[in-house]
Amino acid sequence: MSNIPSELKYVTSHEWVRNDGNGVVTVGITEHAQDLLGDMVFVELPEVGDTVSVGDDVAVAESVKAASDIYAPMSGEVIEANENLEDSPELVNSDAFGGGWLFKLKISDESEFNNLLDAEGYANSIDED
Amino acid sequence: MTNKTVLHAKHLEAGAKMVDFYGWEMPINYGSQIEEHHAVRKDAGMFDVSHMTIVDVQGLDAQAFLRRLVINDVAKLDVAGKALYTGMCNLEGGVIDDLIVYFFSKTDYRLVVNSATRVKDLAWINEQASAFDVAITERPEFAMIAVQGPEAKAKVATLLDAEQTAVVEGMKPFFSVQAGDLFIATTGYTGENGYEIALPADQAAGLWQQLLDVGVKPCGLGARDTLRLEAGMNLYGLDMDESVSPLAANMAWTISWEPEDRNFNGREVLAAQRAAGDQPKLVGLVLEEKGVLRSGLKVITEAGEGVITSGTFSPTLGYSIAMARIPRSVAIGSTVEVEMRKKLVKVKVIKPSFVRNGKKVL
Repeated sequence: MSNIPSELKYVTSHEWVRNDGNGVVTVGITEHAQDLLGDMVFVELPEVGDTVSVGDDVAVAESVKAASDIYAPMSGEVIEANENLEDSPELVNSDAFGGGWLFKLKISDESEFNNLLDAEGYANSIDED
Repeated sequence: MTNKTVLHAKHLEAGAKMVDFYGWEMPINYGSQIEEHHAVRKDAGMFDVSHMTIVDVQGLDAQAFLRRLVINDVAKLDVAGKALYTGMCNLEGGVIDDLIVYFFSKTDYRLVVNSATRVKDLAWINEQASAFDVAITERPEFAMIAVQGPEAKAKVATLLDAEQTAVVEGMKPFFSVQAGDLFIATTGYTGENGYEIALPADQAAGLWQQLLDVGVKPCGLGARDTLRLEAGMNLYGLDMDESVSPLAANMAWTISWEPEDRNFNGREVLAAQRAAGDQPKLVGLVLEEKGVLRSGLKVITEAGEGVITSGTFSPTLGYSIAMARIPRSVAIGSTVEVEMRKKLVKVKVIKPSFVRNGKKVL
């Protein structure tokens, strides 16, 4: 069973969300997701300044196995993208919840937090896969 | 029903992620297939290939039978132990499988064929053999371990006894020798030096552990695929199958047209295709920008469409490479387009060989 930190929020499409406060969230993909995908070879990130809505495909995680769309778990503006992934996409594998983060959003609607899963909810959603 | 090799427990012990591979539960990786890939290019890695099918062909007509069965000419083999890569075709010139033939004498050969095609291969071989005085014997009692990489031979050498050391000494590529209980061949599927070792199944776990102890890294099917693709080696079922001519699969070099009176299966059709020059060809593609070429993607050329048969990210080169079947008139060195994730990307057409002995060859 892979690690699912309880301080994060999740969506069933395997993105995680960390509330950094002041309306900013950090987004990544879960350890379970990277395990399914295998070694990451390219990560295509959104542009800083992009405005995104919940469910938009905003990034692509390309692994040895497949290219997978990554969806915006919340609406807002992209304020930072993890440039380290340009040269070290393997961070998504080795540190999915830390150094392998993808982008940060200045969220536009705090109420969207209510739609996210907690760790237990996400764990249940994986079990149903 | 899922088959397991005798090394199954060793894979789990090493933390393998197991997948179903045509009915065999096999390791796809032991953590990171890219690290495994680099181990083979830079040091030494090992693969459990016990699922592959070993078939011995023995008898008075063994040579005559194989001269019919496979598209290369086994009569070219005259040194005991010599190996030959080739294909066997049906009467329509489609590739039933690719295989390696090991020559011991004109009445004694060994074939190693793919596991995914085992049932149909054995059916075909036995059917074809009925007209000849030969015995066809599958050897499931053997396990097989491929040890590959620039340090592979040196690491294996530390495990051999004096007698075995003497017989493997100075072995050239594509040879084999029986060394005690080990059938050792200088063949492989990675583009590196190394051995493929067949041995009695009950000894396999012991050898695997000894190899682990001298620093040979276990490698799964994931790395095996990226290594063989970099080396420009075909994978049956992707790069060719029964609907594909060897002429359209970069296998023309494995066909022996001489002597003209050797009537191998498929000869008539293949000779006509060769004369007409109407078969597409299998080439290499290189994408130097981001993205990964995948099998099934459409290739667009001025001479018509083609298709990617195998594609991957090349860990050695740091970008994506592929094999593709495209119209014969497209020149090596030209640029064509691939439809990828709803956009067209430009890729370069090269001969299908990317990396050999750790070095870029394109």
